Amino acid sequence: MPTPDAAVVERRADIVEALRHIVPGEGVIVSEAERRVYESDGLTAYRQLPLVVVLPSTVEQVAAVLRCCEQFGVKVVPRGAGTSLSGGALPLADGILLGMAKFNRILEIDYDNRCAVVQPGVTNLAITKAVECAGFYYAPDPSSQIACTIGGNVAENSGGVHCLKYGLTTNNILGIEMVLMNGEVIRLGGKHLDAETYDVLGVMTGSEGLLGVVTEVTVRILPNPTTARALLVGFPTTEDAARCVAAVIAAGIIPAGMEMMDRPAIHAAEAFVKVGYPLDVEALLIVELDGPPAEVDYLMGKVEVIVRGHNAIAIRPSRDEAERLAFWSGRKAAFPAVGRISPDYYCMDGTIPRARLAEVLSRMGGLSDRYRLAVANVFHAGDGNLHPLILYDANKPDEVERAEAFGADILRLCVEVGGVLTGEHGVGVEKRDLMGTMFDESDLAHQQRLKCAFDPDGLLNPGKVFPQLHRCAELGRLHVHAGRLPFPDLPRF
Amino acid sequence: MSGFAPADLSELRDIVAEAVAAGESLEVVAGGSKRGLGRPLQLPRSLDLSRLAGIRDYQPSELVLTAAAATPIAEIEATLAAAGQMLAFEPPDWGSLLGLPATAAGRRTLGGVLACNLSGPRRIKAGAARDHFLGFRGVSGRGEVFKAGGKVVKNVTGYDLSKLMAGSYGTLAALEEITIKVLPQPEAVSTVMLCGLDAAAAVRRLSRALGSPHEVSGAVYIPASSAAALTSLSGVSGVAALRLEGPLPSVIFRRERLLAELGSDCGATSLDDESSIAFWRAIRDVLPLAGFGDRAIWRVSVAPSRGAELGEAIARRLDVSWYLDWGGGLVWAAIAGAEDGGAAVIRAAVRGADGRGTGHATLIKGSPELRRSVPVFEPQPPPLAALASRIKESFDPRRILNPGRTVEGG
Repeated sequence: MPTPDAAVVERRADIVEALRHIVPGEGVIVSEAERRVYESDGLTAYRQLPLVVVLPSTVEQVAAVLRCCEQFGVKVVPRGAGTSLSGGALPLADGILLGMAKFNRILEIDYDNRCAVVQPGVTNLAITKAVECAGFYYAPDPSSQIACTIGGNVAENSGGVHCLKYGLTTNNILGIEMVLMNGEVIRLGGKHLDAETYDVLGVMTGSEGLLGVVTEVTVRILPNPTTARALLVGFPTTEDAARCVAAVIAAGIIPAGMEMMDRPAIHAAEAFVKVGYPLDVEALLIVELDGPPAEVDYLMGKVEVIVRGHNAIAIRPSRDEAERLAFWSGRKAAFPAVGRISPDYYCMDGTIPRARLAEVLSRMGGLSDRYRLAVANVFHAGDGNLHPLILYDANKPDEVERAEAFGADILRLCVEVGGVLTGEHGVGVEKRDLMGTMFDESDLAHQQRLKCAFDPDGLLNPGKVFPQLHRCAELGRLHVHAGRLPFPDLPRF
Repeated sequence: MSGFAPADLSELRDIVAEAVAAGESLEVVAGGSKRGLGRPLQLPRSLDLSRLAGIRDYQPSELVLTAAAATPIAEIEATLAAAGQMLAFEPPDWGSLLGLPATAAGRRTLGGVLACNLSGPRRIKAGAARDHFLGFRGVSGRGEVFKAGGKVVKNVTGYDLSKLMAGSYGTLAALEEITIKVLPQPEAVSTVMLCGLDAAAAVRRLSRALGSPHEVSGAVYIPASSAAALTSLSGVSGVAALRLEGPLPSVIFRRERLLAELGSDCGATSLDDESSIAFWRAIRDVLPLAGFGDRAIWRVSVAPSRGAELGEAIARRLDVSWYLDWGGGLVWAAIAGAEDGGAAVIRAAVRGADGRGTGHATLIKGSPELRRSVPVFEPQPPPLAALASRIKESFDPRRILNPGRTVEGG
């Protein structure tokens, strides 16, 4: 992280006093014991005590806090529930941590327009809970949905197991209210669709807290599908499973979810939840179809024919809702299940073109041997999003370093085969230094200049996403080579 | 007008870099079918991207297609159709609406559709053009090559600059290569038609249908006055139409349910596959308002429940033909006889009686004089307008690419 600014740390008492004028009482947290709660997020390998924690409860307070920090030249790290797996909410020693937990109200549910207006500290699952009585739900379902907040989902453009059919956060929100670092409040979108000209809402989504602080979100809610059924399929090789996934999609079927697990993940999950996963297979696929019963039965038949044509050795369609949920319980418990067989695990998040899956898994096996660390794979097979879990023991010398180096090699491999560093967890601090494997200097400079348009002093969540910090004046400099035409013979008309 | 027509990325970069050095602005075009959108430009030179054409990578089972930016939409749609896939956002062909010669339609390009973020009736279910825009490579107004996004369907690495390019009308970068998400074509399609409804009753039914689990992928209301332009509707008044797509048994099941749930107290009927495809193509291309000569055409996005009231409010004050798409959330209006093309009345209606209504009204068709004298796009509140101007500055500090296309002086 950037070296803390000693001058800011020295002025801590002044900053605290100024913040207390804005957020009264317990909203400004100073004591070390209470700040300790905020020292890390879901990426627990990184810890840092923030300078001060501020918990505003109104948009006016957020605006005043940001204005105040801009005047003091103090950095700000926004935080929702702190479930980021990439260190997006990792505090700074010379920055305030802006906790949005008090923004926890659902403001409006509008079934006629199929949307809900909520504050950013409302949890993802709470939105679905609030509308399920009327037969609706909020589609993106990250596995942390019981705890993660919608504000954090907007910052990270969170996904979940149903993204292939229903999209990520960016495809499911209609509007936000946000505050810029200079304290300006901007409303984008609303209950209507699409922006005119620049889609600022689109670029805010997934900006990892670097562009603005979200203070209200309007989400799209969808009617629940009538039924859902799952098919559990075992394969003798991962190649068979990967080809089967491609065949399902090539047949024109977009399942609601299509998840794959490799042998280590299957065994860990089965030992944990005992749902009857086949253990003599190299890959397990869960294909979920939803819709009216007529559609689900019809597609289930088609998928069964496809899997039989791909050497499937165990095929089980769910017979009822309880069995469908049982199929999922193993997949959903895969992370804690791996946690049982290893003292620590490190979860990666690359996306690859699915056609390269078998090759990537095989090369990952080679890396596993080289780093002497086991790896289990769970995979959003439908959209190519891979979650390798690297097993290690933090108490053994150099295992943390080996796990991190192994993880970085996996992500480099994802990029090498035409994929990307992160499918849904974000770059944060974790993958910041790998950005250069995907983007060159010009790519990164164009992104960082965009940040300058929102936050010219670079005070909002610095040290995340970008491997190097540049001053906006330096980034904005235009190198003009005046003179002759480089190609005088270019076609003109 | 003189211009440049680069054959590849490096020529494109050199041309823009040279324009930056000379401080000379460029009008970015390819097929030219959308030249009449936005504020009129009078720039000395054009940057014609049409030689940057051709599909570069397409694997149906990856659901991803990469093509040069000026690849014709027709070529992409034909290639996708051969593999049973499609552009789910239904890029519209506004050739008839804008009064272009028939040859112009064939010149629509992928880059043009995305730069204007144009989507058809399936927007409500499948998302807009921007939702399918996965990544790109191009040259910014700084004369520098850059890329963003990726070539896989799920990616959150770095800022989502594709979203910013969608709807930017070529004011930030000249795109050279584009990667989009593609989806399977539905096996079957059917349309439930509910007849004899006034606007308010129709929108209530559209809303019920969209709030049902029946996965409606198109929801329009056409008042009697606009129905004549659609041959399948002649003689019918006040029609609400709902499209159902998917596997055949599912479409049949949902069609019967919708007819039972919504059609019992009004004249209800349904269209088969072929008629449905023709009907929704006409809606996609805004044919109900085509052929109105010199009327000003507006496209207004509001909360769906406000569509009926908005259409009727405009009709009380102006000579208008109008209809609703997107379940009521998209009002299309053709205005005759108003000096400002109806801008004041329409924009006041969007803000609503309490001044707090959200949404935006875009002038899609109007004379160059009209498009110069009234804001083509909804005026933005000062902090947002200032932010937009800083975004333009960050990609194009010398205002080389399409300056003034979206806002005066922008």
